[in-house]
Amino acid sequence: MLKIDNLANEVAGKPILKGLSLTINAGEIHAIMGPNGAGKSTLAYTLGGRPGYEVTGGSVDFEGADLLAMEPHERAAAGLFLGFQYPVEIPGVSNVQFLREALNAQRKSRGEAPLSGGEFLKLAKEKAGLLRMDMEMLKRPVNVGFSGGEKKRAEMVQMGILDPRLAILDETDSGLDIDALRICGEGINAIMRKPDKAVLLITHYQRLLDYVKPDFVHVLVGGRIVRSGGAELALELEENGYEAVAA
Amino acid sequence: MTVATLPTRRDEAYRYADLAALEALWPLPAERIVLGVGEEGAKAIVVDAAGPQARDIEIVLGEGASYDLRVLNAARAYGRVAVRVTLGKGANFHFGAAQLAGGDQTLEIVTEVVHAEPDATSHQVVRSVLAGHSTGTYLGRVVVDRGAIGTDGEQSIRAMLLDRTATANARPELEIYADDVKCAHGCAVGELSAEGLFYLQSRGLPPAEAKKLMLQAFIAEAFVGAAEEERLTQAAIAALEGLL
Ligand SMILES: Nc1ncnc2c1ncn2[C@@H]1O[C@H](COP(=O)(O)OP(=O)(O)O)[C@@H](O)[C@H]1O
Ligand SMILES: [Mg+2]
Repeated sequence: MLKIDNLANEVAGKPILKGLSLTINAGEIHAIMGPNGAGKSTLAYTLGGRPGYEVTGGSVDFEGADLLAMEPHERAAAGLFLGFQYPVEIPGVSNVQFLREALNAQRKSRGEAPLSGGEFLKLAKEKAGLLRMDMEMLKRPVNVGFSGGEKKRAEMVQMGILDPRLAILDETDSGLDIDALRICGEGINAIMRKPDKAVLLITHYQRLLDYVKPDFVHVLVGGRIVRSGGAELALELEENGYEAVAA
Repeated sequence: MTVATLPTRRDEAYRYADLAALEALWPLPAERIVLGVGEEGAKAIVVDAAGPQARDIEIVLGEGASYDLRVLNAARAYGRVAVRVTLGKGANFHFGAAQLAGGDQTLEIVTEVVHAEPDATSHQVVRSVLAGHSTGTYLGRVVVDRGAIGTDGEQSIRAMLLDRTATANARPELEIYADDVKCAHGCAVGELSAEGLFYLQSRGLPPAEAKKLMLQAFIAEAFVGAAEEERLTQAAIAALEGLL
């Protein structure tokens, strides 16, 4: 589904990713762990196409297409979803309006018919329910006045509504209390654990992985993947720290 | 505010005007709205003519009268809306305006609100969206006459530049000759948040759609609560689409 080959980039003239390779197949869940500043968010933003994250080398193939040649909205329509470490507040724009327009823009570019207001609300209600989020919150402006945990749950509701092929979730677990962590973990499983979908979880902690069991764990240090393994690698990291594992 | 001879650049209220365009329209027809004691009124003006347009409106509010004026200045050439309001005792004036300019257009909104007597309130909300090489101007004078105690005057003025080549002139002014008045003005010029745009795009909105959504939210405050909110909003969205 996703093949990252020797990816290198610069942010504000500073090299961050330095030859990162990673292959993710349909049906797989991968976790990337690594210390602060390792380049985890940079990887997520680069795959999402954020301006300012300049690719200086390598390639990314997503479902047979050149991901790096696409605009951010085209990547979304192709089935990529980016869960933000810090979801952005958009004053005055309601979640419902935004998500309906976003979903219909994606559908349009795929040649699918738009959802009516009623159809969309039914879908939104179902996905909000999955994340135990009140529909009233979805009528409010995007992320404005949401607590840290609410923002992360709202991201997962967005993911449910947009129904991507590949979700890259950047520290979805940070800022969550125990209950919210379980709800988000279960939400990720319900929405994404399917034979034709894949997930790349970026996290610092084992605790999310207790709910969303990864098939592969990678350690990202200094802009490169320095070790890969199975779920047991996360436990080893938890126990011994990044330095010992990366050495 | 109507003057017989064509104004010049030295005339403060015409400082940024397109005088050549104005000359063809001069003299402007006088528009006068007078409300008696306790009367209420509302008006929504959409300026979206293809050619230059300038309006000069005078409003006189009697004791306890209340008027709600909304303006969408989306002229496609020079567009000017000037309003002069005189408030009687306890009168209330609400003004909400948006102007949307592109190309090398000049759009302007000029207000003069005179609190002539005590306890009147005026509230102005002006939002400008400026693209290309356009110029958007707001000149707003609030005058509180001697003895107009208990005045409450507020101006919230914001402009959004879609291109670095656009110009916003925003000049809220207060002239206060009375004690015990409450006047506040806020004035800000900014650009669309790049972070917000990327966030919306990452969910599948093409750039123009993402901008439209954010700009719609930006100007919403000018029209919120208007009797014709829906008509104004739809006209504004159509004008925004022309800019993006
Ligand atoms: N917008 C930016 N401008 C300049 N440097 C940045 C920017 N974003 C990230 N960096 C730098 O890139 C490196 C990697 O950051 P990041 O990808 O956020 O790490 P992580 O998510 O692994 O904690 C850090 O050294 C950080 O300072
Ligand atoms: Mg990060």
